[in-house]
Amino acid sequence: MTSSVDAEVRGGDFLLPSAAPVQLIDQAGRLVPGSGDGGYLLPDGARLLEAYRQLVIGRRVNDQAGALVRQGRMAVYPSSHGQEACQVAAALCLGDEDWLFPTYRDTVAVIARGVEPVGVFELLRGSWHSGYDPYEHKVATQATPLATQLLHAVGVAHAAKLKGEDTVVLALCGDGATSEGDFHEALNFAAVFHVPAVFLVQNNEYAISVPLRHQSVAPSLAHKAVGYGMPGERVDGNDVAAVLAVLGHAVERARQGGGPSLVEAHTYRMQAHTNADDATRYRSDDEVKAWLARDPLSRMQAYLSGAGLLTPEEEASIAAAAEDMARVLRDGLNAEPRLDPTELFRHVYAEQTPQLREQEALLRDELSREEA
Amino acid sequence: MTAVTEAPAATAGQQLTFAKALTTALADAMEADPRVVVFGEDVGPLGGVFRITDGLTRRFGEERCFDTPLAESGIVGMAVGMAMNGMKPVVEMQFDAFAYPAFEQVVSHVAKMRNRTKGHVSLPMVIRIPYGGGIGGVEHHCDSSEAYYAHTPGLTVLAPATVADAYAMLREAIEYPDPVVFLEPKKLYWSKDTVELDALRAPGEPRIGRAVIAREGTDATLITYGPSMPTALAAADAAAAEGRSLQVVDLRSLVPFDDETVTAAVRSTGRAVVVAEASGFASVASEIVARVQERCFHSLAAPVRRVTGFDIPFPAPKLEKYHLPGVDRILDAVDDLQWED
Ligand SMILES: Cc1ncc(C[n+]2csc(CCOP(=O)(O)OP(=O)(O)O)c2C)c(N)n1
Ligand SMILES: [Mg+2]
Repeated sequence: MTSSVDAEVRGGDFLLPSAAPVQLIDQAGRLVPGSGDGGYLLPDGARLLEAYRQLVIGRRVNDQAGALVRQGRMAVYPSSHGQEACQVAAALCLGDEDWLFPTYRDTVAVIARGVEPVGVFELLRGSWHSGYDPYEHKVATQATPLATQLLHAVGVAHAAKLKGEDTVVLALCGDGATSEGDFHEALNFAAVFHVPAVFLVQNNEYAISVPLRHQSVAPSLAHKAVGYGMPGERVDGNDVAAVLAVLGHAVERARQGGGPSLVEAHTYRMQAHTNADDATRYRSDDEVKAWLARDPLSRMQAYLSGAGLLTPEEEASIAAAAEDMARVLRDGLNAEPRLDPTELFRHVYAEQTPQLREQEALLRDELSREEA
Repeated sequence: MTAVTEAPAATAGQQLTFAKALTTALADAMEADPRVVVFGEDVGPLGGVFRITDGLTRRFGEERCFDTPLAESGIVGMAVGMAMNGMKPVVEMQFDAFAYPAFEQVVSHVAKMRNRTKGHVSLPMVIRIPYGGGIGGVEHHCDSSEAYYAHTPGLTVLAPATVADAYAMLREAIEYPDPVVFLEPKKLYWSKDTVELDALRAPGEPRIGRAVIAREGTDATLITYGPSMPTALAAADAAAAEGRSLQVVDLRSLVPFDDETVTAAVRSTGRAVVVAEASGFASVASEIVARVQERCFHSLAAPVRRVTGFDIPFPAPKLEKYHLPGVDRILDAVDDLQWED
């Protein structure tokens, strides 16, 4: 006779992530033999082509944003260069009615979901804290205080469940953020309330200068899921096919009422934390170079070309789309934003307080005297 | 044969940035006392995002200066335990607004431990917080959070504005028997001054709880601290050009508060303006006005004015200049001090 404790422990087994990160296409662009055995099916050709298109556009967004920072057109840019497969899959795995909760590093995911790109950059160019209406594309503001947004994601999912909607919420965070108390609280709440949420941790090996080994000594970050009573999975974060398959599976389970899950994507932050950071202080060039071979774009390009899915014409059209995006960003961000300082007083409360009215009047008076 | 005359001993000071003064203070404190340990996010090999802990891990080893997992409540909570067990932790919060996850530890334990235990447990620890605006930082990187701490009994709250105070007050804070919230104005990190380090290293007058007159003046008193100090001094310069003599008081210690110096200063001029970056409502600036009004009522020729940040969330980089107290706004307030006879 098995005790209930044993049964529960065995119950925990199926929550465990796979021994190695799920990979469908290897770094040379070859199908991984037997990769379908784990239950993850290779997305179809059209979907992979769309993913590749978004990868190329996403890389262009990262590069263009980096250039605009150097030209002083933006305050700061945390690049997702190297992490585009996670970014693209996060956007593509969701339906229109689903929600995305991104961080400061997830600009490419936000744009891939269809949010107007110049607006997205209001945060990082420094003209406002967020430049889009979260309800329009169901994309929350890009969160800076680490892990705090994960609880909001749980709340949106819980409300959707109570309202009888079949919405799924995908919440993003980094490896470092998993150390914050809010990460723990969010996963526990999600599991206890059995909400339709998926947590995607982009493990890019660093939290600014701090390597993962100082963050956690768990067997993997995905293993943390077991402690909350939800499944965890690990995926090669530079294999967009695998990230799409694993996230797709997690989103589908959540939609069917199967509850939350945690996905850890193994990837790498190819550039410094932001333009203000000096990565040479804490990691070697060789370490970075080793990751070049695992680039998410080149492997998809190799796979799609080899499979006859990517024609030279298609490649040209994708390159043109990426250039269009870069031009939209350049034009939008090179133009000085129209700033209205009195807007500072307009959105603090639904109804402006008498004190804010006074303060707005004071600023207006100063501005009019400046003009005079 | 001519005697070789020795160069005069180097008594002249040395040029130091505010940031370097802090780094030097940390290193000197660690050298002087093996119980001093430094930890936080990115303070190890990187040396902190502002490089205040630069070189400390290399010099003192990973046990004395180390990176923690990314969790502010964890950092402060662990510091409490280490302080209870004989160490002197100096922890860094990466930015003002990223100290908020530690708020529970700060207000419920750091501030209350001595009182709760009738003095049996004291917590000699320092929480360093880069704070304030003026650096074009995006949201959550520019908060002026002093009121939360100053409002919490049991916390000592410092906000130095000069290179000398950066060094001397951090050393004093580390030696202090009680927990100190040490607010470092980010925009002053790169400011420079010539200081005599050896003199600062020698035991001197305490600075905690003592305000200083940063500039003499006779017509009105500007009372300020931390990031607003250079602005107040610039306002005093501008006023002087217009024939008005402004005195500037640098509080540098918000808790304990130096009523004596502030009161004497205001009585000497009869007019006062309090300048601070933080939003004015329920702020440290409000507290200063109240104290001055209570103590100097009969010496005042006009109500004490405040020039503070507006009561709004800290603006995005391109808009912060409208929010932060500037020279013109300070001079407008000074003009308002009922000068007509
Ligand atoms: C509560 C909180 N503490 C500190 C910070 C400062 N900070 C911004 S990003 C970062 C590192 C985060 O690392 P990780 O979660 O791995 O995400 P990545 O930047 O690598 O994408 C830190 C410490 C913050 N934003 N919020
Ligand atoms: Mg990371």
